[in-house]
Amino acid sequence: MATYAQGIRLALHYAEENLGLTDVFGEDVGPPLGGVFTATQGIKCAWNSPLDERGIIGMAIGIALAGGRPVAEIQFADYIFNTIDMLKLAGNLRWSSYGNYGVPLVIMTPVGAGIHGSIYHSHSFESMATHIPGFKIVAPSNALDAYGLMLSSIVDPDPVMYLKSKALMRVKSEHLIPGEPGDLAELNKRINAPIGDRSKWVPDWPAVEDYRVPIGKASVVREGSDLTVITYSRHVLECARAADQLRGEGISCEVIDLRTLFPVDWPTLRRSVAKTGRVLVVNEDTEVTNYGEHLIRKLTEEFFFDLQVAPRLLAGVNVPGVGISIPLEEASVPQYRDVLDTMRDVATQPGRGTTGEWPLLPETVFGRR
Amino acid sequence: MLDRATKIKIHDLMVKTRCTEETAISMNKQGEGFFWIGGAGEEAFGVSLGLQIRKGQGPAYDYLHLHYRGAPIAMAMGTEPIDQIRQMRATATDRYSGGRQFVEHFAIPEWNIVPVTPTIETQYLMAPGTAHVQRRFGGEGITVVTGGDAGTAEGDFHCCLNWASRPGEELPLLIIVTHNRFGISTPSSQVQASNELNRQAEPFGIRNSIHDGNDVEAIWAALEEAIAYIRKERKPYCLQANVSRIFGHSSATGANRVPEVDCITAFEDKLIKDGIMTRTEVDAVWKKWKEHLKECLAQVRQEPLPDGADIWRHVFAEPATV
Repeated sequence: MATYAQGIRLALHYAEENLGLTDVFGEDVGPPLGGVFTATQGIKCAWNSPLDERGIIGMAIGIALAGGRPVAEIQFADYIFNTIDMLKLAGNLRWSSYGNYGVPLVIMTPVGAGIHGSIYHSHSFESMATHIPGFKIVAPSNALDAYGLMLSSIVDPDPVMYLKSKALMRVKSEHLIPGEPGDLAELNKRINAPIGDRSKWVPDWPAVEDYRVPIGKASVVREGSDLTVITYSRHVLECARAADQLRGEGISCEVIDLRTLFPVDWPTLRRSVAKTGRVLVVNEDTEVTNYGEHLIRKLTEEFFFDLQVAPRLLAGVNVPGVGISIPLEEASVPQYRDVLDTMRDVATQPGRGTTGEWPLLPETVFGRR
Repeated sequence: MLDRATKIKIHDLMVKTRCTEETAISMNKQGEGFFWIGGAGEEAFGVSLGLQIRKGQGPAYDYLHLHYRGAPIAMAMGTEPIDQIRQMRATATDRYSGGRQFVEHFAIPEWNIVPVTPTIETQYLMAPGTAHVQRRFGGEGITVVTGGDAGTAEGDFHCCLNWASRPGEELPLLIIVTHNRFGISTPSSQVQASNELNRQAEPFGIRNSIHDGNDVEAIWAALEEAIAYIRKERKPYCLQANVSRIFGHSSATGANRVPEVDCITAFEDKLIKDGIMTRTEVDAVWKKWKEHLKECLAQVRQEPLPDGADIWRHVFAEPATV
């Protein structure tokens, strides 16, 4: 029932009490604000950093080198780009020191559009993040996974990039986090900081329990036989909704929530693609050199002779930013209608069947592309 | 005031370091190593620092974030020439990086020497992290970060000063700039208005000073004072040591001897003048380490290179968790 942001907050609380989490820090992460999305409210080891993204990553590396367990936040992924070489160092210190040192740290940062955040509050980061070897990269789509993946990330001995969706922050979970009260109003009252003076506020934490979502394990959120849809983060919701609608049209779609972008849960993907012979990857990062292309390349190499139709990527348009005006944002990142139409199209496009002949592809996938 | 025994020990370590550097340079020129970079010319400063480090593992001891001229510091702490030669030759026996890194890229967890990185100035961003843990831990452990003058042009140096001096969160951090007046080939006079980079710490309220890094007794005393201040006050200190770059930047600029003050020669002249060592004794030290390095090189030549399949090791923790 908790919201996505509350799921993260509850995980940080559980981890600082039970899993050795030592520092949660970043810009406006500590009191009084507790994070621009409230995900760090009430956390005892949360503190405010200087407005210095490179310094934040450096601090996290240093804390990890000295035996701490930090979760560092870059306030928006839009501001992580000047830290790339620091991230590369975090990713390579174990390898470059031949295992002499590891850096168990978590970098969490909000990603994606969906909040009308304009050019610099709408960036995706997974295509770049997955280009930094040495990191494990997770992207939860709901509060329970946000909780379970955060706990797994904090105890992991290696650096983890925790990509949290801006658009999902206020979305309530269908499933309870173990130990949370079933009533959201009660949870809000107990762990949401009050408006106004918070100097004396202390959260009344529910007795949440240990619950891990293993890093590297995807989740099949809809089972189906006609099409494999591979997605993550907020587009899981759109793809699942579209699968439900298409089921009414007699189209059976399997929707896989990757949850971890690296390492990829290839066994789950293989099982599904072997069954359906049709692949669609959906995300909102810009389409050129998109992370989904990696998935498609690997699956094509393995299943080339089994695929019924060409694999498809539905992604963000390759323009320099996401405009703030509603029509501009909707034209830039996949909307529900785009997801629905593309899923239907890939699922129903004439396939090779048993003739072995490749069908002609439609002239355009999308009118606007 | 340094006693006689310590001076003799410092000289021995300076020569030991220099002979190791010269062997590495020779290996590069003969095609036995791909790239040389190092701390030749910084022995007076580096050995003086290394001998004052509280060596051990964990926040009770000092952390070192060195750049790629840290051999004199590491050697004074106890590293052996053969391990540097192994890294120069990129053998499988290279204990610091398994044949993956340039020479002088130490990574020694038992002594809190965190991995040296080839990227300029990024160590100044990581050092506040270990110092932050030490501030919370208490005790007298400090963090030491070193880098060159050219690198201070990066914003990361400014960031380090800022993180080190947050009100109420001051860090036990010794921020060192070794000033050799060049960034590869570019003179500092072309790119920086002041040669006193330590003074950049003043607006942050950080105590700072500048010293002749080629003078053993002067730089030892300066480091001693700065380290004592940090251990006791738990506050940062910025120290600039003016040093020589006796073989230029690296093998990329030829690694040939350049006419700058040689801190070892200067120290030897003083040791002889003060009656602490004779010329014969000084020469014997050089002979001892040159012969030792010959033996090291002969040994390392027998050691294997890494297997190509080794690249998959240590990408993640072992055994793999996913």
